[in-house]
Formats: sequence, structure tokens, C-alpha cells
Amino acid sequence: MALSNIWVFAQAANGAPTSATLELLTKARSLGGAVSAFVVGDGAPIAAALGEYGAATVYSTGDLGGALPGVAGASAMKAVIDGGNAPDLIMFPQNYEGRDVMARLSVKLDRTVVTNNTDVIVDGDTVKVTTPVFGGNTLVTTGFTGAGPYLAAFRPKSFAAEAGGAAAGAVVAAPVPDLGATGGATVTAVHTEASTGPKLDEADIVVSGGRGLGEAAKFELVDDLAKLLKGAAGASRAIVDAGWVPYSMQVGQTGKVVKPNVYIACGISGATQHMVGMKGSKHIIAINKDQEAPIFGVADLGIVGDVHKVLPKLIEALQGR
Amino acid sequence: MIVCVKQIPDPALPGELDASTNTLKRDGKLILDESDSYGVEMALQLVDAAGGGEVSIVSMAPNGEVSGMRTALAMGAAKGVLVSDPTLAGSDALTTAKVLAAATQKLGGADLIIAGTESSDGYTGTVPEQMAEVLGLPSVTFAKSVAVDGGALKVNRQTEEGYDEVTCPMPAVVSVTAGVVEPRYPSFKGIMAAKSKPLDTVTAADLGVTPVGWGGADQSIVDVAQAPAREAGEVVVDEGDAHLKVVAFLEGLKVI
Repeated sequence: MALSNIWVFAQAANGAPTSATLELLTKARSLGGAVSAFVVGDGAPIAAALGEYGAATVYSTGDLGGALPGVAGASAMKAVIDGGNAPDLIMFPQNYEGRDVMARLSVKLDRTVVTNNTDVIVDGDTVKVTTPVFGGNTLVTTGFTGAGPYLAAFRPKSFAAEAGGAAAGAVVAAPVPDLGATGGATVTAVHTEASTGPKLDEADIVVSGGRGLGEAAKFELVDDLAKLLKGAAGASRAIVDAGWVPYSMQVGQTGKVVKPNVYIACGISGATQHMVGMKGSKHIIAINKDQEAPIFGVADLGIVGDVHKVLPKLIEALQGR
Repeated sequence: MIVCVKQIPDPALPGELDASTNTLKRDGKLILDESDSYGVEMALQLVDAAGGGEVSIVSMAPNGEVSGMRTALAMGAAKGVLVSDPTLAGSDALTTAKVLAAATQKLGGADLIIAGTESSDGYTGTVPEQMAEVLGLPSVTFAKSVAVDGGALKVNRQTEEGYDEVTCPMPAVVSVTAGVVEPRYPSFKGIMAAKSKPLDTVTAADLGVTPVGWGGADQSIVDVAQAPAREAGEVVVDEGDAHLKVVAFLEGLKVI
């Protein structure tokens, strides 16, 4: 059995599909069978781009009118499935909305979820996904059993996005049914936090700070360096838990997984929890006082030194260029 | 108010897979997942702000371990229900959600059910939203702040770009992100009081849930392999000019 019908949970930002969406479409295309994109929102404006990456069909719920995407998206998906168009596999991005939609849908379909995956293969009759555990040192492969749809979430940058060059996907309306009590939550205002640089999980360079910075105010050093390098600033769980920076900046097992060209860890010891989120980076630079810190075990360049001394000099040297 | 908590192996110790089932070993001493301490704190603060009410905790474990739950009771929760049953070993997130949802119903339901966004050991990250669906409730996930205004919740919800203000009627399920409140340390008095607080242990059958365990979760682990190791590179001790090493390294990569 090959997969005959695959859905990709598709998202847009600034009028274009997100990079995670294009990555999943590219991978879905390679698995054979028909690929559809499911847009929780208005799919029409991005149908051309989704088609180019492999979506022959673009399901579109239309504007959610303030409903949260999790319950609205899952209900719309369930309605299409009940209508006789069940996919064999639904691929979700490992992010806020992806997790919420798959969670609601798993209960509606009474099917399991497998999250945090980095790969998927079809092996004979079995769909298998791979999940890194223990800081990425161990890879666990899980096979789905029983009937589909199989629900799997994938970390960003697990696959390379490549256009296939096909025509725009055909837009099919997938309206959100009446949500009843489950639809009680309503978005009343949207706040966009000023972010001048690239997104954390898409940036070419990521500079992250940890406990070694000593105090919240010193995170400025990380921010300044990230800006100078036109990169994004990230953080270890320790300083997110301490309330220095928001959860959205957390790099790690719980948090975001990044795979930039260059990752600079400042005052981060390299707990397993953090390593799983950054070990896939192409080049790693670590600055830490403790020579024994595990982060040095994965760094291409390790500086045993005080971030309070090294970072200001580094910033000054880069400013002078 | 009910808070869902998980007791996990100490994250400071190296994790291990059970050789026969390829799932995470959880048979040693378990502690309260730090991610859940934010939920407990949030609930205690909301009860304080409301001037009344009670915080209960629910948890699930394949054994009778309660030390992590006692920590939550020592922080100020009033009582707890542990669903403990060897048949729950190997449960997936969906079964966990069904069991916890049933446990909240055993407690008589709640105006608000709070959970962390994901556990620190399994980190599937779907259980709160799955519970909401099982219970037929609205939900707000990834909450940065929660307030009760009249009969409704006012939640600031984390998004990729910033945050959304969300209103939600109660009863509801809310998942809270780490770091949003400062979890209190249990006082000595709290620790002593926790020893005598009611902590019921029930089985899955008591709740009318049929666990599917290892076999029936619609998934099976077919392979465990070591990932290719990453080699350590050059390590230099800063003598006052190590920043130049970094500059040269970045130049070599042509990123500056």
C-alpha cells in the first residue's frame, strides 16, 4: 500500500505559505499519492504557491471570525473526512496551531498522535515516523497500526522545501460546522510584537542566551549580537522559566527546534533539553565559563570565557566593520 | 479549579528506555514536573484573586507514586486524585487525556481546568486540548496570563507573532506556558499539612475508562537507533582576545 491521499496542515504568514508548510508539502509529494493542503483560514490567496509545492487540492475553511484555530480546524477537517474524503496521513507542523488542531482531531477520530518527528517513510504497508529523544542522541521509529488517518507532527526544517512547479491547487470550501460549547473561546484582539529580525526557527543565524548571563538585563548582549548578525535571538529553558524572556524564544525539546547555519550559545551549559533544539545547526559556537560544560562537546568553536567579557568585545568588533 | 500534573523521572538524571517495550523508564522516584508547577501556581493565584474556591489536582501514573503530587499539595492545593493502574503503562496522549478527563469528572468537574503545555519527559504537547475535546469544553492553549472577569476568562495567548487576547466562558480548559508566574516554594508548614491532605487513588476501571496500554495505541515502536554523534571542535580559553577567534570563524563562513 502506498499512501493514496495525504493532507498537509497549511499555514500562511504575510500572505505566503510558511516555510514549514512548504517543507511538509515537498515531503508529502515524495510519498506518492494525491496531496492536499488544508488551510484553516482563507486558502484562496495562497492556492498558487501551495500548488507549486504539490497541493493539487486546497481545502479552505474561510475566515474563522475570531474562533481559535484548534477546534475550528479540527471540526472542519472532521466534516470533510465524514463526507467521504478521508486521507491516509495528515502531516502537521510542530507549532501552536498544528498541535491544537491535531489534538482536537485525534479525539474526534479516536486516533493516536505522534509528535516531534523529523522523518516519515512508507515501508511496505506501514507508515513509520522518526522522533529524536534524549537530546537527539537516540532516534525512535514508530509505525502506525490500524486504520488511518494517521496524525503526525513534524519539527520545522526536517525536510528541504523544493517547488514541484505544478499549477495552483483547486480551492475546495471546507466550512467550519457549528462548534457548540467547544467554540466558546473568541479572539478579541491581536498583538504583534515588534520583531525586526527574522523568525527564530527560520533565521540563518541564531544567538541564544542562558543562565550564564547572570541577570535578565544582560540579555541585551544577546539581542545586540543577534541584530548585528541579522539573526534571531533565542533562549535556554532556564531563563524562560525564570521569566527573563517569553516562551516564544525558547530553544529546546520543549520550545523551538532551530537548524540555522550558525548557532551561538552564550552562557548556556548545554542541558539535554536545550541540545535537542539546536544540535542540528550547521555550525555551533559556544561561549561558557565552565570548561566542562556539555555544550563544548557539540561546538565547532568553543570559547571558555566569561560572556560578560567576550560578548561586549565581540559586539564592538562587529560594530566596527 | 482543577490542575493536571505529571510526575516524571528527575530530568537531571539521564533518561533510559525500557529494553522490552522501548518506552521511557518511569519506575524510579518521580518528582513534580516543573512545567506543571506554573499551572499549580496560576490556579492558587486565581483562587486568591477570586477570594474563594479550591484547587484540586489530578494525575496519572502506572504505579502508586505520589511524591510529586504531595509537592503540589504542599504548595497549597487542597486535594488530589491519582489514577494509578498498571494497565495504564504505555498509554498514549489520547488515552491519558481520556483518563484525566474522567478523573476531573470524578472530582465533580470544575470551572477551570489548568494544565502545562507539555510535559518535560514525553512532551507530546496535546493532552490539554484533547481533554477539552473529550469533555466537550472550550479551551485556550499556550496562555501567558489568565484572569477571571465576571463569569468569563480573559487570557493572553502566545502566538508565533506575539499574543492574542481571548475571552472564554467557563467551564474551560487552559494550558499555561512556562515562566509566566513564579511558582512558590512549599513552606515547612505546607509540607507538613500536605501529608494529611486527601489524596485518593483510583483505577482506570473505577473511572469507566478502558486503557489500551502497549498494544492498542494505534502505534508501535519498531526501531531504536543511535543518532550520528557530533564531533567537538576547537576549544580555546579566553585570554582577552577570544572574540577575535569568533570573528575569524564567522568570516570563514562568509556570514559577515
